Amino acid sequence: MSIQDILLQQLANGLILGSFYALVALGYTMVYGIIKLLNFAHGDLYMLGSFVGFVILSILSPYIGNSWAGILCSMVLSMIAVGLFGVLIQRIAYVPMLSAPRLSILITALAVSMVLYNGVMAFTDGQYLAFKTDLGFEGLEFGNVFITYTQMILVGASIILMIVLYLFVHKTLYGKAMRAIAIDQDACRLMGINVNKIIALTFFIGTSLAAAAGIMAGTYYGSIHFFMGFVIGLKAFTAAVIGGIGSIPGAMLGGLLLGLLESFGTQIPFIGTEWKDVFSFGILILLLVFKPTGILGKTEIERM
Amino acid sequence: MSDTLLEIENLETHYGKIHALRSISFSVREGQIVTLLGANGAGKSTTLKAISGLIRSTSGSIRYLGEDITRKPAHEIVQMGLIHVPEGRKIFKGMTITENLELGSFTLDDDAERKRRMDHVFDIFPVLHERKSRDSAFLSGGEQQMLAIGRSMMTNPKLLLLDEPSMGLAPFLVQQIMKIVLRLNKEGVTILLVEQNAKVALKLADHGYVLETGKIVIRGSARTLQQDESIVKAYLGEQ
Ligand SMILES: Nc1ncnc2c1ncn2[C@@H]1O[C@H](COP(=O)(O)OP(=O)(O)OP(=O)(O)O)[C@@H](O)[C@H]1O
Ligand SMILES: [Mg+2]
Repeated sequence: MSIQDILLQQLANGLILGSFYALVALGYTMVYGIIKLLNFAHGDLYMLGSFVGFVILSILSPYIGNSWAGILCSMVLSMIAVGLFGVLIQRIAYVPMLSAPRLSILITALAVSMVLYNGVMAFTDGQYLAFKTDLGFEGLEFGNVFITYTQMILVGASIILMIVLYLFVHKTLYGKAMRAIAIDQDACRLMGINVNKIIALTFFIGTSLAAAAGIMAGTYYGSIHFFMGFVIGLKAFTAAVIGGIGSIPGAMLGGLLLGLLESFGTQIPFIGTEWKDVFSFGILILLLVFKPTGILGKTEIERM
Repeated sequence: MSDTLLEIENLETHYGKIHALRSISFSVREGQIVTLLGANGAGKSTTLKAISGLIRSTSGSIRYLGEDITRKPAHEIVQMGLIHVPEGRKIFKGMTITENLELGSFTLDDDAERKRRMDHVFDIFPVLHERKSRDSAFLSGGEQQMLAIGRSMMTNPKLLLLDEPSMGLAPFLVQQIMKIVLRLNKEGVTILLVEQNAKVALKLADHGYVLETGKIVIRGSARTLQQDESIVKAYLGEQ
């Protein structure tokens, strides 16, 4: 393989990994932006998304098969179901804690995370489940590099989701209200905005994006596991911080960047695959030293 | 006789142990400009926040358009045409002027009407039109105040609560803002104006109330308050 082939291969790998990170990072950053909560259960909602998608796909596949049509249907349904579940968690666990000290709500989030992954562990006996699809292995050859249609479609789908989110947040009144709440909640109430409703909407969107990533990951790796949300939760959090926590374009950029860094990191001489996390978290530490607010993050504007 | 639009009776408000409003009663008639005066910490902003639903009162009642709104959430009160332009403007910095104005019409579904209202705001504040795609964080203090008032007009208010619109502005800008307040009043908007700048406020107002440590200590027509030198000196300071 030539250098070019290696670079192209790693670019493809990095983009896939990066789009999963970006989709999960978006929920992290949106929820943080709006109520300053680091939702540590977010990675587990990604995990839950892939399990719910798995169940729905097994129910649907006798009728529509488990190729793209089946995957798309179960993805949409799982996004809705898990999104609503995210809103429920917010209502039950987070809303009562909003006026409590910041640390209490953080611990609540950790508790929610444990409830979720232990719950799924109990249901599945801690086993890996095979996420069966018939997507086949066709693809396109670029020189010596072979990229499957599945890989292309997954990256494409993530990009479409991100574009839709971006348009929603910038072009619709609800999206603008979401950004405004992150700036000043009281001012929003004085505009007739039902702040609680918009916060619930934010949880719904953030959670359903994580669920979408969960199903894509199931499709891509072919198996799912109750603990699959843990590492990606940390990575997505890292990605959100790299991009500037609270910033939506930052989360997209941070996710893609982290994915690319990891996959190219495995190619640096003397740094093997087992060092990739050391490499990417090392970058995070360096970035925080030199630009604590992240790439697109702004310094907090003091309120008058 | 015009109708009473807003009626406050025996309103009490606390911040924890701080007793901020002590049995306040006053009313605003339709079409009037009423001003609420008082020194720092007298309770002026608290009164407005209680009316618009930003804070809950301990007891007493607030009636607007004949309806008891004392326990209504802020976002529902807005839909009744009662709009509060808060102290410090609270514009959405980081968002453009157009976006700020659009958010003012959040409760409106009709895009054509939204455009009509925005044109009306731009007509009153041409300077906002010139900068409409810019980040509102870069506006001057006076322009920010114009944006805050313009944003409230997007809701098509019946009653406007203005909290110290002259704060921090140069005298000629204060005059300009007050002219706009008068113009809005002429267009049919009733106004409750909170000010420390008593001279300016009494010039516009029909009625005035003076607050001192959470109590109304003086009430009367603007004309009598204006003429009573001792009142102006004792409660409002030299401005
Ligand atoms: N959020 C708060 N928590 C505790 N006390 C408050 C709060 N807001 C206001 N107060 C107190 O309530 C009293 C009335 O405050 P308020 O803001 O209504 O005064 P004001 O007349 O608007 O003053 P200013 O002219 O300085 O704006 C003051 O003693 C103030 O310290
Ligand atoms: Mg005040």
